[in-house]
Amino acid sequence: MPIVIENLSYTYSPNTVFAHDALKNVHMTIDDGEFVGIIGHTGSGKSTLVLHLNGLIKLTSGKILVNDIDLSKKYDYKKLRSTVGIVFQYPEYQLFDETVEKDIAFGPKNLGLSKEEVAYRVRTAMEMVGLDYEIIKDRSPFELSGGQKRRAALAGVIAMHPKILILDEPTAGLDPKGKENILELVHSIKKASQVTVIMISHNMDEINEHCTRVAVLNQGELVYYLKPSELVERSLELGKMGLDIPTSARIARRLRKKGINIKTGIHKQDELIAEVLKLYKGERA
Amino acid sequence: MRDIALGQYYPANSIIHRMDPRAKIIIALMYMVSIFFINTYTVYVLTFLVLFLLVLLSKVPIKLILKSVKPILFLITFTAVINLFLTPLENKPYVIDVYFRQWTVNNIIFELKWKFIRFGMTWTGVNNALKMALRLTLLVMGPSLLTLTTTPVTLTDGVESLMKPLRIIRFPVHELALIMSITLKFIPNIIEETDKIMMAQRARCADFDSGNIFKKAKALLPVIIPLFVNSLRRAEELAYAMDSRCYRGSKGRTKMKELKFGLKDFMALLLAAGFSFLIFMARYNWFSLNIIYSLV
Amino acid sequence: MSLIEVKNVKYAYNYGSQDAIVAVNDVSFGIEEGEFVALVGHNGSGKSTLAKMLNGLIIPLDGDVLIDGMNTRDDSLLYDIRRQIGVVFQNPDNQMVATIIEDDIAFGPENLGLDPKEIRERVDWALGAVGMEKHKKGMPFRLSGGQKQRVAIAGVLAIKPRVLVLDESTSMLDPKGRTEVLNVIKRLNKEENITVVLITHYMDEATDADRIIILNKGKIAHIGGKEIFLEEDRLRSYGLNVPTHIHIANSLRQGGMDIGQIWTERELEEEICRLL
Repeated sequence: MPIVIENLSYTYSPNTVFAHDALKNVHMTIDDGEFVGIIGHTGSGKSTLVLHLNGLIKLTSGKILVNDIDLSKKYDYKKLRSTVGIVFQYPEYQLFDETVEKDIAFGPKNLGLSKEEVAYRVRTAMEMVGLDYEIIKDRSPFELSGGQKRRAALAGVIAMHPKILILDEPTAGLDPKGKENILELVHSIKKASQVTVIMISHNMDEINEHCTRVAVLNQGELVYYLKPSELVERSLELGKMGLDIPTSARIARRLRKKGINIKTGIHKQDELIAEVLKLYKGERA
Repeated sequence: MRDIALGQYYPANSIIHRMDPRAKIIIALMYMVSIFFINTYTVYVLTFLVLFLLVLLSKVPIKLILKSVKPILFLITFTAVINLFLTPLENKPYVIDVYFRQWTVNNIIFELKWKFIRFGMTWTGVNNALKMALRLTLLVMGPSLLTLTTTPVTLTDGVESLMKPLRIIRFPVHELALIMSITLKFIPNIIEETDKIMMAQRARCADFDSGNIFKKAKALLPVIIPLFVNSLRRAEELAYAMDSRCYRGSKGRTKMKELKFGLKDFMALLLAAGFSFLIFMARYNWFSLNIIYSLV
Repeated sequence: MSLIEVKNVKYAYNYGSQDAIVAVNDVSFGIEEGEFVALVGHNGSGKSTLAKMLNGLIIPLDGDVLIDGMNTRDDSLLYDIRRQIGVVFQNPDNQMVATIIEDDIAFGPENLGLDPKEIRERVDWALGAVGMEKHKKGMPFRLSGGQKQRVAIAGVLAIKPRVLVLDESTSMLDPKGRTEVLNVIKRLNKEENITVVLITHYMDEATDADRIIILNKGKIAHIGGKEIFLEEDRLRSYGLNVPTHIHIANSLRQGGMDIGQIWTERELEEEICRLL
């Protein structure tokens, strides 16, 4: 059981007029190898939640266990941060060094690894994210294209060999092709290194296509933590929070209302297409 | 922290808030100069009373004004201690003068001797320490009333308008004011960005807190470089946006909020000038008005 | 003559050096007054370069851009061109100059040298037009992304331009913010008769446009209506996607269902109901 969160609450600027409850009594567990999606509006507490997981926000109330590291006690922050890697929304917040190679080496170096180990990790991380080591390594990270920058930033975190990879809106601002590429990349990294992935997104379609479980946060509370097939059946409640269910689920729901016998729990477009075609062929037969 | 762009502005609707910033700036300047010419306790007390009256008028909680003294509390204590104990121990008569009654005492209040070292306190020292403390307190409180009742933007407008005559010598008054105002606008953005960059690097186990000063400075490079690169990009985008919104420098530019120097502002200025005159009068004993002069 | 005429324009970054990158290559099109045109393309397709050409922030290396007959090459006309064409950029934070929202909206009209009363009227009108009048005295950094971008639109509107160009102005926003901004510009187009050029990489934002111009690698790949949504493979080759419901319709057609022409989710549902 790699991540256990119990009774987690967090208040920004406590004891002042600006006091603001960002998280209220959140309970959740994330199993090994899961692909968890976190969705919610700006200010729902998504970032506050994940920043707790690698100690970037200090635990003030509640309990968190990450791979048996107890965050409510004193712990080795290097161990925690090499266990939990976070890739932030914009690579521009992270890239700084003269060359891509040096930039990706920043994390592993901070872990105090040997020169050979750092070099090896940089090389494999670059290969994993699809950056050609020989061609890219000596280039300045600032000269890369938008998509390459994201890959370099991702490599910088992967090179620390995290067991848990947190992605904060990894596709924000990318064009459709770029989005697709990044998500494919995440799946291939997950497959290759067996990491647990936690992805923050505000795109319902994207989250439900890719995740094994989805956490819905609303005003600091964990409202739902369900499989996508279960979540899409809560469209009314989600609607009240201003969240929409995926397009495919929405169409399926309305077709059902119109008396068509479509199965529940559809959350991917391919599922809907298959289901409608199945019904169509059954009709004709 | 993100509220920094407001400075310490306290929003309220008072006669002081509504005053023209130029009047407020000039009055604040006159006030600051005048304070250095106060030399009697009567006038100090009088000045405190006037300031108190202004604070009441401004509807700013008196607590906020008192808070402005906090950062210089150390300075006040330090100068007071220096004045108290490092004034030369001159053994001479000292006249304490309160409302036409006078006592003559020895200047030295107490004295300790140990071999060649003399240590003690004098009435002159007490007097100097007290006056210096009063002066510094007044000096901080007045301008903080200005910033508490005026937004940085209005303040900038005021400064720009007052500096207008400098345009004759080709001093870029408008550009300077615009730079000030844009800087104020971008401070919250840059603070937020610094925060995020630091988090991103901390997530890669960057350590900003240990080691000596050189190590620490070097550890900050992964923050400073992205911040710098991003700021350059911001500046470029801002320039595009300003061009697109028909910006051509100060040429032919007008203002939505024109500063209006009204009768009230003029009256306030006149009153302030009158008060400064009073201070000078007391100091140099013009017209031989002993009443104000009588206290010490 | 069209309100906007782009004639055979060409642009390359680092022109003349070894690593010159051609951004726009021999592009021509015209836009009429009152039109709502979507200019769609993948990242690096040259669409932002083209946006900056429209109001003379970038001058084409070759070819001409004419706004109401005024050539952006003529320095002396730039100011008049920019009064006609307002551009809203991607990041709302980097477009604002003042700490207070109404002061920021006033920046444009102040540059025009209008008298204070007129500026005040325009500021109030522009804030009303984007539905942000309540935040007049507020500060930008307290707003959500969508609200910030609406303020940025108001800042451009206050100049009273005939054309509003949105240069990827929705790409940094969450779905709620995107909807807010899109609703505002649709209304401006219909009610205030402002010509809109919406530059985006989301095909679904183009569904409401009168015409769609698709850029691919610096060249025009398509000018026309929504029929292009039916050519999903072709769009994919340009690095673009179709809206999910149109993808579903296209796939059902491929699967042998006789789905008619649909543009909305509701129309798709009706078609499925008809066939089942």
